Amino acid sequence: MRDADFFRRWLDAAAAAVEREADRLTELDSPIGDADHGSNLLRGFVAVRAALAGADASAPPGALLQLAGRTLISTVGGASGPLYGTLLRRTGKELGEAAEVSDEQVREALDAGVDAVARLGGAAPGDKTMLDALVPGVAALATSYADAADAADAGAVATTPMLARKGRASYLGERSIGHQDPGATSSALLLRALADAAGGAA
Amino acid sequence: MRMLINTADTVVADALRGMAAAHPDLDVDVENRLVVRRDAREGGRVGLVSGGGSGHEPLHGGFVGYGMLSAACPGEVFTSPVPDQMLRAAGAVDSGQGVLFVVKNYTGDVLNFQMAAELAEDDGLRVEQVLVNDDVAVTDSLYTAGRRGTGGTLFVEKIAGAAAEEGAPLDRVAAIARQVNESSRSFGVALSACTTPAKGSPTFDLPDGELELGIGIHGEPGRERRAMMTSREIAEFAVGAVLEDLARSGPADAPVLALVNGMGATPLLELYGFHAEVARVLEARGVPVARSLVGNYVTSLDMAGCSVTLCRADDELLRLWDAPVQTAALRWGR
Repeated sequence: MRDADFFRRWLDAAAAAVEREADRLTELDSPIGDADHGSNLLRGFVAVRAALAGADASAPPGALLQLAGRTLISTVGGASGPLYGTLLRRTGKELGEAAEVSDEQVREALDAGVDAVARLGGAAPGDKTMLDALVPGVAALATSYADAADAADAGAVATTPMLARKGRASYLGERSIGHQDPGATSSALLLRALADAAGGAA
Repeated sequence: MRMLINTADTVVADALRGMAAAHPDLDVDVENRLVVRRDAREGGRVGLVSGGGSGHEPLHGGFVGYGMLSAACPGEVFTSPVPDQMLRAAGAVDSGQGVLFVVKNYTGDVLNFQMAAELAEDDGLRVEQVLVNDDVAVTDSLYTAGRRGTGGTLFVEKIAGAAAEEGAPLDRVAAIARQVNESSRSFGVALSACTTPAKGSPTFDLPDGELELGIGIHGEPGRERRAMMTSREIAEFAVGAVLEDLARSGPADAPVLALVNGMGATPLLELYGFHAEVARVLEARGVPVARSLVGNYVTSLDMAGCSVTLCRADDELLRLWDAPVQTAALRWGR
């Protein structure tokens, strides 16, 4: 079973990953976006850390994820704020009030979170977006957290030859081909952080 | 790259402090990132709220005032503002007549304004939204993010703002805003990339002797790169693209409002020279220019280049365009 501390470790690892990789995310966002994905996410996850530090020590997993999601929506802006915010809020809502949740519940909740992202953004796998890492990543949760992280990494790399159909990269048409999607890359970081929190095993 | 800034992190807040110092008739909230007309709630008008990433100045803060926007929400550079800002703005300008959100069609702006609209409605406010998507360089389809909102935003905000100033109700102000958007088309070209304060280097490489056709306003490259063209050739290309698209939805010889807009780093000397070519092309094609505006209004930081926006205008739109306006960046008739 996974308690609130597991989810705090996940979000903390995600914040650390965004801090470490912010420049790379911004660099990926330069040729097909507007060179700010890293700095925007960093602003959001710094705020998430502060919000979690101030949260009630007895807050259950669902409440922590919803708080993190609301914080991202209020601080990131752009498309990433609502999309990542919705991912965590919806996942948190699915987890409800339970003090501990099973890995199966985590998988189902993340599945619902990814669905909510797809609905909000109107994107599908193959459009060169976050979903290209999230969908295979969450599917691989059925085997292990480490497999989920690997699948998300592979999904992010696989966006390179894709033609962007959503978001700012889509304005480039054919010229979006040949660049790895920054949103898929940060989504892979989020699932790698989850695997780190789980100690690399299911 | 040398920039007139303190630090990259404080660019937006510093600019807002400057707006507050320069324009005492605006209520500038630096902490919450809002520019609000001081008398926004007087007179029982519909509130007009817009916003978007910073870096497009004077859009949107420079258009807050009499006869135009009630409030503007600036985000980080090229990043949509957050819903908290729009919600606060709506509360600050609503006099009970409702609020219209003017939203440029970018995924981030659309999502954040949508969230704000839902929260505002939960608070009991009446909110309408109009999406601006005038850029013909982007293929519009169900399978893309759709056309971008660019120069047409100025026409929407000015004309809908005039209707709100006259006391038109929310549904009428929204209908006029939609009419203006549906009647407006834009096309932009870049002669250089721009440099965001956070990155400090150009957003793309553009070698000497080349230009980008079909650019947006966020430093992204365009649809196509070509060998450098003359002002006359660019005008032929850009006006041609705009007119071809505009002709699909109405008469080809109707009078238009013409905006020749600088992207930030192109001198007015060049913009007026370009406007001469735009006017020449329009005359040759039998399109009467009812009103013209030339200047830097919907910019992309320090990008060199320009855009052309044409808005097919009937007598009512022309009357509202001519109505008095008093904002930091646009003022006449008052």
